[in-house]
Amino acid sequence: MKRIYMDYAATTPTDPDVLASMLPYFSEIYGNPSSLHAFGQEAKYAVEKARDTIASFIGASADEIVFTSGGTESDNFAVKGVAHARKNKGNHIITSAIEHHAVLETGSFLEKNGFEVTRLPVDEYGLVRAVDVEKAITDKTILISVMHANNEIGTIQPIAEIGAIARKHGIIFHTDAVQTCGHIPINVKDMNIDLLSASGHKLYGPKGVGILYIRKGTRIQPLMQGGDQEKGRRASTLNVPGIVGMGKAVELAGENMSREAERLTILRDRMIHDILSKIKHVRLNGHPVYRLPNNVNVCIEFVEGESLLLNLDMEGIACSTGSACTSSSLEPSHVLLAIGLTHEIAHGSLRFTLGRHTTGEDVDHVLNVLPGIVEKLRAMSPLYKK
Amino acid sequence: MTVYSEKVMDHFRNPRNVGEIENPDGVGRVGNPVCGDIMELYIKVKDDVIVDAKFKTFGCGAAIATSSMVTELIKNKTIEEASSISNRAVAEALGGLPPIKMHCSVLAEEALTKAIEDYKSKRSS
Repeated sequence: MKRIYMDYAATTPTDPDVLASMLPYFSEIYGNPSSLHAFGQEAKYAVEKARDTIASFIGASADEIVFTSGGTESDNFAVKGVAHARKNKGNHIITSAIEHHAVLETGSFLEKNGFEVTRLPVDEYGLVRAVDVEKAITDKTILISVMHANNEIGTIQPIAEIGAIARKHGIIFHTDAVQTCGHIPINVKDMNIDLLSASGHKLYGPKGVGILYIRKGTRIQPLMQGGDQEKGRRASTLNVPGIVGMGKAVELAGENMSREAERLTILRDRMIHDILSKIKHVRLNGHPVYRLPNNVNVCIEFVEGESLLLNLDMEGIACSTGSACTSSSLEPSHVLLAIGLTHEIAHGSLRFTLGRHTTGEDVDHVLNVLPGIVEKLRAMSPLYKK
Repeated sequence: MTVYSEKVMDHFRNPRNVGEIENPDGVGRVGNPVCGDIMELYIKVKDDVIVDAKFKTFGCGAAIATSSMVTELIKNKTIEEASSISNRAVAEALGGLPPIKMHCSVLAEEALTKAIEDYKSKRSS
């Protein structure tokens, strides 16, 4: 059976060129980049090359890039680090209701420690309105954190506009770009971004490595105390193979991004169109236009997402769902509830995220299989009355 | 590789006794769409023995598998025997469920209890 992976938003396979670039840094060039001898300096050279590549890719300078263990650490670092560094100025943070848990849970943690968090609602397409951001600002606001694009429904936020508002009011602006970095253009200067999180494994790089871009002059408290790596901003021996891999992945993304985005957008739109036309009682989640090139997210009424997912899995097709049945809280996705879906509709969500190895044939195959699965599950659903 | 046992996947893949029974002797409807699982259990009873059982379920893999299993467990059992089937027995018959999915087996037990109550109330009226 042919296996089809359509969960690229969860993680991507490491590119073979990326893997090849990393391998020498395990057992040949294994020095600690903090060491002064040649072993260390050779490793340091590779780290700084990766830093340069990533910095120029997002329009930053190299000393504004701090390597981390991934997107979650970068989000934690950004939100907690700015909150604590600026608490003399105020205690109010603005974010959105559809952020990744790495931002939302960090916000909840800070609330228990004397901070106040406003979670802005989104419209039916998952868009944060820039005017709402401005209205939420108080004289205590120290940080705004709004994601570049949503990991579940793919909606791309008006980041440049929100960044401009933050800048106007002298508030630090963080964006979680884990789903966008390497997939759609980002420029931290043009978009008025002060802090940006990105992750290696979402762009065909390795797991366990990420970055936080920190605009020069932005005060931030480190998450970890220890050595003075990363100019004292992040203690811990650098993950040299991971960093080299992420650098290579970003380099490759720079070469392929626009072509790949164009190709995926065509596949995405065909897939959305075919699902909506072949299956009744289906709705698209997320914005039809301001949308990640690879994201297809639909709710299929009268059936439950995990059952759909398992049936697709039995056919070799991998996707994900925002159904409560797959979460430990037994609550459906906070994103789907925030765009106004009822619980029962949200339970029937499926997310297909396409990527480098997705072909038109794969899309056709899913469309051949999915209607039958839906029909089978609807036949046993007490909610479905023909 | 799946998160469920082979037995669960077997009942999920080929659920037994899907559907409705015309003029059932007892019906149990439990769950609600908000929590994600809804189950309808239909029973046909003759001389105090459950001669047929069918179900319809909206829910996850565990909900469908436990629905299927409970219909198998109660068929050809007396009402009294069926009444004593617990959610644990359903889960055990399936070779166990992941801890977070145990509540799905409660759904099956509740549907069974309601169907039997329905049967008893119809008979006494």
